[in-house]
Amino acid sequence: MSAVEAQPPCALCMAMRRITMAILPVLVVVGVIVAIWYAAAYGMNRVSTLDTAERRGIEISAAEVFADTMAQERPRLPAPHQVVTELWNTTAGEPILRERRGEYQPNPRSLFFHAYQTLAPTLLGFVIGTLAGLILAIGIVHNRAMDMSVMPWAIASQTIPILAIAPIVIVVLNAIGLTGVVPKSLISAYLSFFPVVVGMVKGLRSPGAMDLDLLRTYSASRSETLFKLRLPASIPFLFASLKVAIAAALVGTIVAELPTGARFGLGARLLTGSYYGQTIQIWSALFMAAICAACLVALLGLIERTTLRRMGLDR
Amino acid sequence: MPEAVISADALDLTFQTNDGPVQALSDVSLDINKGDFVSFIGPSGCGKTTFLRVIAALEQPTGGQVTVNGMTPDEARRARAYGYVFQAAGLYPWRTIEKNIKLPLEIMGFSRAEQEKRVNNVLQLVDLEGFGKKFPWQLSGGMQQRASIARALAFDADILLMDEPFGALDEIVRDRLNEELLKLWARTEKTIGFVTHSIPEAVYLSTKIVVMSPRPGRITDVIESDLPRERPLDIRDTPEFLALAHRVREGLREGHAYDE
Repeated sequence: MSAVEAQPPCALCMAMRRITMAILPVLVVVGVIVAIWYAAAYGMNRVSTLDTAERRGIEISAAEVFADTMAQERPRLPAPHQVVTELWNTTAGEPILRERRGEYQPNPRSLFFHAYQTLAPTLLGFVIGTLAGLILAIGIVHNRAMDMSVMPWAIASQTIPILAIAPIVIVVLNAIGLTGVVPKSLISAYLSFFPVVVGMVKGLRSPGAMDLDLLRTYSASRSETLFKLRLPASIPFLFASLKVAIAAALVGTIVAELPTGARFGLGARLLTGSYYGQTIQIWSALFMAAICAACLVALLGLIERTTLRRMGLDR
Repeated sequence: MPEAVISADALDLTFQTNDGPVQALSDVSLDINKGDFVSFIGPSGCGKTTFLRVIAALEQPTGGQVTVNGMTPDEARRARAYGYVFQAAGLYPWRTIEKNIKLPLEIMGFSRAEQEKRVNNVLQLVDLEGFGKKFPWQLSGGMQQRASIARALAFDADILLMDEPFGALDEIVRDRLNEELLKLWARTEKTIGFVTHSIPEAVYLSTKIVVMSPRPGRITDVIESDLPRERPLDIRDTPEFLALAHRVREGLREGHAYDE
């Protein structure tokens, strides 16, 4: 064995190797998805390319057909790079504020501006929904009448198509003078309270008979039992619920923007995109929504890890 | 005549289950004197744990009387007459050992300074100094159970009720904890009610051994131990100890004879 071979591999090489091993499978999956997407884009857009060529009476080669399917202005399915370009142009390529008549106003061509228009009611709705869910869950756990009566209604509320009641809510709230962020956030709260109720009822009931007996031997009151046992025990359940709730809140806001003719927001962007056949705009709005959801869930995950570590529950 | 701290008179308790009523306790009468170490031993279903839970007002008897310090169990609980140690340590995992011991003190409204003082006191008593800031999962099973005993001692009740506290621990750890429990008992002069299904444990620890038998749960024998209060572990090899263990075993066998 030579001296060079006998040397242990350097720490940096080992770290690089580990990272490569971790990332490689992810890259492979993403690569496969992108490849399928390109193939699908070619398949779906080919017909219109050929139609156009026929109308103009020109012969085009296979290579030209392929090139055209990747670069149509209004493709049935935009190619990945078209969506990425659109995303780049409408975020990095457009200022969030623009100057008009001497003052700075939000720029409706910036996707960041639309994302903000959607995120603000999402976060407000998430907070309202979480608080409502918490209060309902505490009521359900402590009151038999609420246990019997609230849960069926909560479940029923989720079976109503949100798309059907969103316009009603918006119109009713408009009639009493509520416009802008509040109606949107109420609809997002309507979707996000439910996972919190379900998760927290389970979480608040998670302490075992012995944990509860222990507090009984101290003659602890119901509120002491809630704050010293039930709530801390339910924290892991809370975070699981919050992750579902925040995604639901985002969907709620976007849906609230759809049937009401909102001018700003990711939902509005989807709507105008479909009016004018701007599929690239629709897809980039969809991706922006997905990116927002991923960021929110990741942020919650970070808060979860920190909280559980401080509580000694992260084992 | 020593004063009875816990006194049960013709206690009956019937659970209503889906398979019909189950008589967990039948005509149980017993006096526990101040400073006694009383073990309850018997096969599962004999009502030993149920009896302890009745004393602690965690179960309501369906007949008979029980008094703790001359009060009903409910009143005694509110007067903080007893500390209860469960089969598992039952420490709250999100609280450090220190904060776990503070749990009863917080609920009972002790001042912060008093809480600190008592935590240090009982940690020393169960030989866990320096572990106050640790989370339960960082401690071994035996240490967790000692912490739970510390928690039961923190508010200084005169009575300690222990429901198979060492049942889940291995023999070696158990021996050590038994020895320590005896020292603790000698130092604090508490009255202890101790549920176990181990004959050597019952004989080694107790001044009084209550032998129970199932269906219905009842007391078949009450054995006063004449072993000295000071007991090294090797007392378990003496003829006196073995004679007591033999009598307990006979009592248990007799109880079973009803079934066969």
